Amino acid sequence: MSITIKDVEHVANLARLELSEQEKEQFNGQLNAILKYAEKLNELHTDDVEPTSHVLPVYNVMRDDVIKPSVSNETALRNAPDEDDGQFKVPAVLE
Amino acid sequence: MFEPNQYETVVGLEVHVELHTKSKIFCGCSTSFGAPPNTHTCPICLGHPGVLPVLNRQALEFAMKAAMALNCQIADISKFDRKNYFYPDSPKAYQISQYDKPVGEHGWIDIEVDGKTKRIGITRLHLEEDAGKLTHIDGGFGSLVDFNRVGTPLVEIVSEPDIRTPEEAKAYLEKLKAIMLYCEVSDVKMEEGSLRCDANISIRPYDQEQFGTRAELKNMNSFRGVQRGLEYEQMRQADILDSGGKVVQETRRWDETQGKTFSMRSKEEAHDYRYFPDPDLVQIHIDDEWKARVQASIPELPDARQARYSAEYGLPSYDAGVITSSKKLADFFEESLQYTKDAKAVSNWIMGDLLGYLNAGGLELDAIKLTGQGLGEMIGLMEKGTISSKIAKTVFKEMLETGKGPQQIVEEQGLVQISDEGALAEVVDRIVSSNPQSVEDFKAGKEKAIGFLVGQVMKETKGKANPALVNKLLVERLNQ
Repeated sequence: MSITIKDVEHVANLARLELSEQEKEQFNGQLNAILKYAEKLNELHTDDVEPTSHVLPVYNVMRDDVIKPSVSNETALRNAPDEDDGQFKVPAVLE
Repeated sequence: MFEPNQYETVVGLEVHVELHTKSKIFCGCSTSFGAPPNTHTCPICLGHPGVLPVLNRQALEFAMKAAMALNCQIADISKFDRKNYFYPDSPKAYQISQYDKPVGEHGWIDIEVDGKTKRIGITRLHLEEDAGKLTHIDGGFGSLVDFNRVGTPLVEIVSEPDIRTPEEAKAYLEKLKAIMLYCEVSDVKMEEGSLRCDANISIRPYDQEQFGTRAELKNMNSFRGVQRGLEYEQMRQADILDSGGKVVQETRRWDETQGKTFSMRSKEEAHDYRYFPDPDLVQIHIDDEWKARVQASIPELPDARQARYSAEYGLPSYDAGVITSSKKLADFFEESLQYTKDAKAVSNWIMGDLLGYLNAGGLELDAIKLTGQGLGEMIGLMEKGTISSKIAKTVFKEMLETGKGPQQIVEEQGLVQISDEGALAEVVDRIVSSNPQSVEDFKAGKEKAIGFLVGQVMKETKGKANPALVNKLLVERLNQ
């Protein structure tokens, strides 16, 4: 499996990145190198291994339905790029 | 034109229901509605780096309960996945949802349209977190984001494409709402956004086997809106097919005031969500003992209750259906029956006077002061002959407005029915002697004249006379 320039453009678009032609070439090469490196895992025999989404032997970690204090409005907005009337302000999004 | 005998409509619904836990699904912030913007947030729901979400057990159990009530099979192993997208309503740039191991699958509910029962399949029910609320500032200069709602637990319920008409879609939503209310997993207030619905709709000529190209409808804010949006959309698609065109697969927004749908022109790649397992949340293993415990918490559901009301109390199926469509109303009905045995009378008062009053005022049952006990006791007073049906109307109105018990109202206002023959005979004598014309008419064979005389007696006694007794006394007196 190898990455094409088209795949690079698609991923860049999903990540909202604008790449120059030179950067596309560069990332294409790098991404293929990473995949090739990871391909080494295919040498392992995994026929007898159950697929899993987690490597830890831990499950059912839950909390009780109890309200804990929230942070203040000021604290919440401290990292906001811009704010207005106690709310995060962002560039207009059209529905 | 959409001709029902030319085209068949195919609809599948995606419904989001907010679960009414006290705290959010992955953090301890409150889920209460209506707080000032951004006062129910913390580093976890704001998506700050390095924080660790922990699942709210109650949210999972509510989802299991809802799935069981929709006849779903509950997963033995369930897990959470990240659904990636950029939109300012999500501070993390992904939503924690479930992809290939939802809480429940392969369910169904029965709906009733035009007296016929139809089974609608439920593809799946999964648990996820809600997004924030965006407000678009006038002039299009920016948008404001309130993250209070981020992390409120939701279940998404996806139906099979089994729905064939807009009416069926509405009936499906009403049944779904009733079931959620019976299970007490959500308060299901559409105006507060705790139930939201998207619809996939396509049409196809009757001789065509595969589905037509579908449109996804959004922004329908009421059950009626869903029905109207679907009605519009089947017309629009039929017009396109009639003129030899092709329906485009797209997302369309329903505009309630214009009564039309509009293309949202979303970009094609918008649906590349790149789901992957959320590494912060471990798997959920649900064993049989846990399933049994949740199953045991599900109350008698609307269909079962409706059938029981028909069988046990002899209510017409329609009346039983209306009363059981809301758990509160059904509970009210049963509360009344602790004070009277006359289930049909209770049902009639609910179907007539009570629902009439609620509908006229756009009120919910819990907004009024009348209790099931009050109605039951009032019917008891009628059975004992303490009050007439006419007086009952007055008492009922007073109970609605003040919440007082019927006995108290009757005593305070001196409304006890006069069934004392001696006292009534006196009034009858007086009315007969002051209305010679009517007496003459009656004796001349005009039977109707007696109605006038009964009315006069009722008027004289302010409606408190026992009407049957008045009638009897009048007939005796006139035939002397």
